[in-house]
Amino acid sequence: MTTLLLVLAVFISLLIAATLYRIAIGPTVYDRLIGVGLVGTNAVNMLALIGFLYGRIDMFVDLALTYALLNFIGIVALAKYFEQREEKA
Amino acid sequence: MTVLAAFLLVVGAAFLAVSCLGLIRFPDFYCRAHAVGKAETLGSILVLVGLALHNGLALSSLKLLLVLGIVAVTNPTATHAIARAAIRSGFAIWRAPRDGGGDHDLAG
Repeated sequence: MTTLLLVLAVFISLLIAATLYRIAIGPTVYDRLIGVGLVGTNAVNMLALIGFLYGRIDMFVDLALTYALLNFIGIVALAKYFEQREEKA
Repeated sequence: MTVLAAFLLVVGAAFLAVSCLGLIRFPDFYCRAHAVGKAETLGSILVLVGLALHNGLALSSLKLLLVLGIVAVTNPTATHAIARAAIRSGFAIWRAPRDGGGDHDLAG
């Protein structure tokens, strides 16, 4: 089971690296925002996996909880910011 | 139990991979939002349920389910907020070209 968790952690980190391609080339800022949200959600999964790999899930699950909340707040704030900015332009 | 947890983890990772593929390959922003808003949420739910099953009956399992609930609510909401900001800014929706050529650039 530990091998499976390790393989999954490496796989998810590869997915994050592939998402960085869209964040780099994304034609509009909204594509980049979607990519950042996907990286954040994958990071939550990654944190839970790392907690099991290190045998300290009782600590890492709190980190995952905090990261999920902060990710949501950041994305919504950025979405509101770019919406208003485009309206004025 | 371990077999079920491993199955859920692998299926969830497959959904995460499909979501990432959709984000890279789909032609315009709204298609990408569609891929991220649904497949990513389902993949995260499956992965976290698999991890909670692997953990067994403990407080951290309950917290993992709490993380699951937060991700399941906030991930589609965040995607919806971005799509709403885009469509309010007058961002046009992509249409397939009408000229019959099947060789248009999907990577846009």
